[in-house]
Amino acid sequence: MDAPAVIDALSPLVSGAAYEAGASVDFATIYVPADRLVETCTALRDTPSLSFNVLLEVTAADYLPRDPRFEVVYHLLSVSRRQRLRLKVRVAETGFVPTVQGVWLSAGWLEREVWDMFGIIFDGHPDLRRLLMPEDWEGHPQRKDYPVQIQKAVQTYEPLEISEAEFKANIVRDRVTRTEPKAEGPEPKA
Amino acid sequence: MAELRTETMTVNMGPQHPSTHGVLRLVLELDGEVVQSASPTIGYLHTGIEKTAEQKKWQQVIPLVERMDYLGAQSNSLAYALSVEKLLGLEMPQRVKDIRVLIAELQRLSSHLIWLGTHSMEIGAVSMLFYAIRERELLLNINELLAGFRFFPSYIRIGGLREDLPRGFHEAVSAFLDRFPGKLDEYEGLLTKNDIFLRRTEGVGVVSQEDALAWGLVGPIARAAGSDYDVRRYFPYTGYEAYEFEVPTATEGDVFARYRVRMREMRESVKICRQAIDRIAPSGAFACNDTRVVPPPKDKVYTEMEALIQHFLIYSQGFTVPAGDAYVPVEGPRGEHGTYVVSDGTNRPWRVKMRAPSFMAIQALPSLVQGGLIADVVAVIGSNDVVMGDCDR
Amino acid sequence: MTHQDEHDHGLDPDLPILTTTVERIVQWARTSAIWPAQFGLACCAIEMMAMAASRYDIARFGAEVFRGSPRQSDLMIVAGRLSRKMAPAMRRVYDQMPEPKWVISMGACASVGGVFDNYAIVQGVDQVVPVDVYVPGCPPRPESLIYGIVQLQQKILRSRA
Repeated sequence: MDAPAVIDALSPLVSGAAYEAGASVDFATIYVPADRLVETCTALRDTPSLSFNVLLEVTAADYLPRDPRFEVVYHLLSVSRRQRLRLKVRVAETGFVPTVQGVWLSAGWLEREVWDMFGIIFDGHPDLRRLLMPEDWEGHPQRKDYPVQIQKAVQTYEPLEISEAEFKANIVRDRVTRTEPKAEGPEPKA
Repeated sequence: MAELRTETMTVNMGPQHPSTHGVLRLVLELDGEVVQSASPTIGYLHTGIEKTAEQKKWQQVIPLVERMDYLGAQSNSLAYALSVEKLLGLEMPQRVKDIRVLIAELQRLSSHLIWLGTHSMEIGAVSMLFYAIRERELLLNINELLAGFRFFPSYIRIGGLREDLPRGFHEAVSAFLDRFPGKLDEYEGLLTKNDIFLRRTEGVGVVSQEDALAWGLVGPIARAAGSDYDVRRYFPYTGYEAYEFEVPTATEGDVFARYRVRMREMRESVKICRQAIDRIAPSGAFACNDTRVVPPPKDKVYTEMEALIQHFLIYSQGFTVPAGDAYVPVEGPRGEHGTYVVSDGTNRPWRVKMRAPSFMAIQALPSLVQGGLIADVVAVIGSNDVVMGDCDR
Repeated sequence: MTHQDEHDHGLDPDLPILTTTVERIVQWARTSAIWPAQFGLACCAIEMMAMAASRYDIARFGAEVFRGSPRQSDLMIVAGRLSRKMAPAMRRVYDQMPEPKWVISMGACASVGGVFDNYAIVQGVDQVVPVDVYVPGCPPRPESLIYGIVQLQQKILRSRA
């Protein structure tokens, strides 16, 4: 199923979405606007003619001099129909992408990793905090303006004992949340 | 009489632990021996491979990518090479495809042997580790024959293979394939009907097929739950469509089902290896003909000017890959494994992202161990076959 | 260890007696039963397991068991790449080991950061713990690691108790 066919199948189901077919050498790629992402994914999962029931990967790429800077990439798989699909969402540096964790469970940690590495905030994610880097790390390593090699002393000590209440409080403190803005939302907690 | 106050105990199964298959931290909330919740913390082996790969030339990324999932090393490099070759539009000669199939299946055997050894050791059958490593030493000997290095041969390159097969390769592989199925029968005899093994693995860590696919756990875990998704069958790569093999499945979805699926996968791998070794001629083409990507043979480099220039260009500034992105997955030992490669048209990758099946397995871990005993946590981690290098990259 | 003494001190020379110093006996005992703590981080851990297995058996060099708990071990073989997140945990494991303790840094990543010269990997574990023997390789062959352990044994024999 190539990109125009997917767009034709999706357009009646999701109103007002401006899809674009993307160029690709392996399988269909479509660009999805961020505000229609959750509806698109729900339609992709539930429509019998599409039935993309597995979310394989969520990743991002930083095209720094270009604006919008980031592209969040989703790889989908339909086991029953033997199809793959790639969704791309263009995000600016201060933009937000809604979470698709309600559609596919596997999105939880994948989106956390994209937040950790790129700093892209996922609206509505229940647990958006650092995954691969230490909790108190500053900066988002995989951005193009982050250096590869850094000079930093190794931290060799951390608190020996931490109570259960502190542990849970730390998790809540590290979590980044941003509610869906109605008209003009509050500034994101970075 | 006063009310008996009960509370749960929070225990840290720290990053350094004999049974966590690497550096994984689990904070378990226990009610007696029953696990109420488990929250994993990963990142203790984060290596920044993807960021480092953006600084290297295309060919130089292969050793980096091999060290990611260090048990299935050559399936990593195969996935990366296939994605880049897709962007380049290269087509491999049939002999190269057959050799790659053989290497991928031998790598699957090698990884499953370590899984068998460590999983059984953690459940209690300690001698299985020694038997499994003994067989694996023979496979590492074959790797050493190929490229001089036991673990990370870097034999699969973009454009084909590094060099032709060595003398004695066919004999070594055939000797191994003749010996191995008998050993597999021995190991199954030790474990499959063993009462202790059954009681520790049956009914433990059950996952249904829908849940497995919803969590993205495509691989032996989904196949043990009833799905028959195997990348080699659904989206064949590197010539797999010409091989006859079965995809083993089970329906219970518990630890014992995953064990049975992987044991049968090992037997199917032996079948594929036998077919491959019959089709491979002892010497012949080992790379495609594209001179931009494949270095010319050394005798031509010393005699022809054109070959010298080609050799110099490839090793000094590298080759350029057309702009675009590609993702060609392979069926690694842990499940679907692929490399999403983005190129901007230069001689360095713009973005390399590896899809890690162990990452999804650890994400699903809390739902698999909830309600079970603390000893089952060890069995479930072992059966999910997680490798922290794969998970943290 | 046998000293041929000129004066036999009134003892029968055929009597089987060895004389040595307490220090040498203690150091010899320490080298002959070095028990490593399990600290396998990455790929080198698999080679370490291979070294402990039947082909390159290190039990014949004294490292009979890999202890799960650092409190019962003498040697920490840092096998694999040390990330910045793991460094505090590693220091804590080292502090939990009782004296005398030694550290072998196995592999290129543990010794100098290896192939990974980037933000995430500590460029050499000697920034966190004092290292006695460095074993190069990526990963080092089990024979290399055994050679490293033998060098450590000789280092222990040379040093004061």
